[in-house]
Amino acid sequence: MRAGLIALWAILLREALRFVRQRSRFIAALIRPLVWLIVFAAGFRAALGLSITPPYQTYITYEIYIVPGLCGMILLFNGMQSSLSLVYDREMGSMRLLLTSPLPRWWLLFCRLLASTTISILQVYTFLAVAAIYGIDMPWHGYIYAFPALIVGGLMLGALGLALSSAIRQLENFAGVMNFVIFPMFFLSSALYPLWKMAESSALLRDICALNPFTHAVELIRFALYGQFNAAALAWTVLAGIVFLGLALWGYDPSRGMKRKAG
Amino acid sequence: MGLSVRNVSYAYGEKRALDDVSFHVSPGAFCALLGPNGAGKSTLFSLLTRLMTTTGGMIEIAGFDISKHPRQALAQIGVVFQQPTLDLDLTVRRNLSYFAALHGLSGREAESRIEAALERLDMAERIAERARDLNGGHRRRLEIARCLIHSPSVLLLDEPTVGLDAAARTAITKHVHDLSAQEGMTVLWATHLTDEISLDDQVAILHKGRLLQQGSSHEITNGAPLKDVFLSMTGAEA
Repeated sequence: MRAGLIALWAILLREALRFVRQRSRFIAALIRPLVWLIVFAAGFRAALGLSITPPYQTYITYEIYIVPGLCGMILLFNGMQSSLSLVYDREMGSMRLLLTSPLPRWWLLFCRLLASTTISILQVYTFLAVAAIYGIDMPWHGYIYAFPALIVGGLMLGALGLALSSAIRQLENFAGVMNFVIFPMFFLSSALYPLWKMAESSALLRDICALNPFTHAVELIRFALYGQFNAAALAWTVLAGIVFLGLALWGYDPSRGMKRKAG
Repeated sequence: MGLSVRNVSYAYGEKRALDDVSFHVSPGAFCALLGPNGAGKSTLFSLLTRLMTTTGGMIEIAGFDISKHPRQALAQIGVVFQQPTLDLDLTVRRNLSYFAALHGLSGREAESRIEAALERLDMAERIAERARDLNGGHRRRLEIARCLIHSPSVLLLDEPTVGLDAAARTAITKHVHDLSAQEGMTVLWATHLTDEISLDDQVAILHKGRLLQQGSSHEITNGAPLKDVFLSMTGAEA
């Protein structure tokens, strides 16, 4: 138990140091949602009329609507960034160091997952702070309630990244992940527009959005930011997280081999 | 005890990488796993370190069957992979303390083991330097120091001198021979370079996934140069 916690702390520290070293990554992670919030939302505000839907109890501006989706966006991109870093670690060899530790492999992978989620959550709160300065703030207790929702959402998206990293054999293939995972997940969700709005244009697209686990992570965060609990969103997010984690553990199972071909 | 490999086979799909390989390295012995490129050395190392597993055969490390007691077996091995595994942006100290933590060591105990391991490899004065600032030979020495921190009884080194100049190669080969002779560590040293092997070393010759011969270097060569014997067995460039 003690050895496991020592390893957890070391992995968290290493990820934090790596993140601090990569200032451009931090700035990019912050600028991306801010561009959506300040530039895109301003343009979309006029185009999209939003009715009163839970958790909102009054009419809201579009900027307010997309804040939870942009929190989810940070978690999603960071989960994929973590996946990229795992593939890089494997190519560079440092993954071997982790996997030859005498600690259980599932624990080591969970530590990596927790480390990347921690970094994501720090980024989300930084974004929320900047949004508050910009004038888009939440009820004060929402910031506290959002914390567990961000952990659950971050772990689910991190687990997706972990599962993808076990399948991606080369860094060059990562562009495909961007095109086929991140963008569809983000745009086919409730991050940018409510599902009822999507249903107006296509019932099928609405159904796809409703099946997308990212939608549920965003809704979990959205409700939490207003001090409310969305049980269905939690259940979907947890279920998806378990499936992704299971796939990741299967992907990193030594009986499948860490590499396909060796000398 | 020591290291035992019994009837180990492994295939990548249809391609057989290891075919019924068996050998034993006695405790405290230095054994060179000699084989040309593509012989199956790295595959064997992946199985010895449990990066991959196989149902064909058995591997025992310091008396622990790696398939039944993987954690105890992994705790007994120190590994230097062919591919460097240092975090170049971290200092020597941070690289070592990260590794120590992966073996459950922290605080003063980790610190004293790190200092002792660096001292043993004549690297103590480098502790605050970034790994990126070390030359190739020092990086390898750092990796060897790192694999000693948790006091393993078996050292596995997969072509550790690849890419190093002659002086660094000689120094590293000597360091590891000393670890075996003075500290009683069991060493498995994979290489395709016969000049890294001394007459008293054990040698296991691997070729196309099969073990061709095992014994002491002087038994195998019977007075002839090891390079010639190796070439005649494998038809490879040494």
